[in-house]
Amino acid sequence: MINAKKTMTVNRQFKEVWMRRIFFVIASTSIFILLLIMIFIFAEGIPVFKKVSLIDFIFGKYWYPTSEPPEFGIFPLIVASISVTALSAVISIPLGVMTAIYLAEIAAFKVREIVKPMVELLAAIPSVVIGFFGMVIVSPFLQDVFDVPTGLNLFNAALMLGFMSVPTICSISEDAISSVPRAMREASFALGATHFETIVKVILPASLSGIITSIILGMSRAIGETMVVLMVAGGATMIPSSIFDPVRPMPASIAAEMAEAPFRGDHYYALFATGIVLFCFTLIFNIIADHIAYKYKQTGDSTL
Amino acid sequence: MGKKTGFFIVAVFLASIFTTGFASAEKIIIKGSTTVLPIAQKCAEAYMLDKPDVKISISGGGSGNGIKAIIDETSDIGNSSRFIKGKEVKFAMDRGVYPVPFRVAYDCIVPVVHSSNNLENITLVQLRAIYKGAIKNWKELGGPDRTIVVISRDTSSGTYEVWHKKVMKKERVFPGALLLASNGAIVQAVSKNKNAVGYIGIGYLDSSVKALTVNGIKGSVKTTLSGIFPISRPLFMFTTGWPKGETLNFINFVLSPNGQSLVRSSGYVPLY
Repeated sequence: MINAKKTMTVNRQFKEVWMRRIFFVIASTSIFILLLIMIFIFAEGIPVFKKVSLIDFIFGKYWYPTSEPPEFGIFPLIVASISVTALSAVISIPLGVMTAIYLAEIAAFKVREIVKPMVELLAAIPSVVIGFFGMVIVSPFLQDVFDVPTGLNLFNAALMLGFMSVPTICSISEDAISSVPRAMREASFALGATHFETIVKVILPASLSGIITSIILGMSRAIGETMVVLMVAGGATMIPSSIFDPVRPMPASIAAEMAEAPFRGDHYYALFATGIVLFCFTLIFNIIADHIAYKYKQTGDSTL
Repeated sequence: MGKKTGFFIVAVFLASIFTTGFASAEKIIIKGSTTVLPIAQKCAEAYMLDKPDVKISISGGGSGNGIKAIIDETSDIGNSSRFIKGKEVKFAMDRGVYPVPFRVAYDCIVPVVHSSNNLENITLVQLRAIYKGAIKNWKELGGPDRTIVVISRDTSSGTYEVWHKKVMKKERVFPGALLLASNGAIVQAVSKNKNAVGYIGIGYLDSSVKALTVNGIKGSVKTTLSGIFPISRPLFMFTTGWPKGETLNFINFVLSPNGQSLVRSSGYVPLY
């Protein structure tokens, strides 16, 4: 009897240890894969710096990878990525955050139950479909309405990316706003504040870290998005002088050129180096998001 | 002991399944240029109809990938819309393989504009000036006062390479040109934009856009074969060393009158 009990304990401990190990291995797998991808990108990208200096690569104004002699300056691509992302943020932040406030604070329960899944459904639309929509519907529309030479431009791309980041921003912001405790809300009302004052002065500050995190996650989705910018940004490697100029963001350049770049040639290395730059951008975004989430961490009852 | 024997039996069983699987179905893998893809696709369909035990798998990925694939022997045939480059030859030498080119068709690249554009003919000199950014307005070509939207292909595509060589005489396309990723995208963009000029393989030409004559010559099968049309190029299939077995038969099929009629029906210019 005692013996049997002992075996059971040993057996349980054995299982416990193995469960822990299995979960550890599974958890490390994704990190390991990420590490491998990073090593690979850096190994394939760094050789380009034998041909062109880091400064010339990042600040060079001309991207002519296949001409003789080739020029590898990705400054227009970086400017394109940043400007498209910034403009898309201008579109998606008010849209996303205000939708979130409406859903969390103002909308009736039934409305929220219908609208929130629908906004999230927007995230489920494949980017190629959004790109196609931008190319076939939005581009001719922009040409007619704004009388611009081409509808495949920075503004079109930013608009499409804006739509794509709205669900991310809205959904995470809504969660943050909803998690502001009832007590704070009621305290504000008790002090005689109106609903609007409560939203602006109590609820928004309390959920700020969640909102900012959502914005940065939305933006890092926009900067890395490939298919949409490949289809609607126009693809001209120039530094835009207006929002209706065609541009060529980094992911579009990589996606369009990788297939035809001679394997392990300078162009190939340059595209991987562009990938490193893009990786650094998203890394910086994520670090900032992490930092803000930590610094303005909601404390007390309103912890997310 | 029993466990080990069981494992051994299973292993032998699986091995025999796989080997017989390989023996009964010949497989040809084709990769490379999206320009050559429609030719390979049509020929493969016809070939597999004729020989049901041969399986041909085809994927795109571009000329560079096609040539890379036959050098590192991950495919039997590499499609390319350009000839092999010096660097790729060197890579092949390092790997100790010999890439063999087969010319399978001609491609003819025609400049296209929106169907409402009343321009009919354009000279190579004018085309070069437009793509260099020297001519910026349609009125300089006798059209309405509208900015020209210049549409080009990505600098790494085979189509661009031909344009770069035959039209631009190796000068650069100006940075303000829109670079699109495929022939289809150019047709789409030009058909939706009355200010646009672009260029496409003749196989992609349809009624939604208007083809211009170049130096007074219409791009067609006849003018490409006779060499009069200035913007044309041969298309290749590469193999690793001289092809053997089914790969050889397939290449022969592509070059046969049957195969060449398929080249014609996919919109390219056959060899004869």
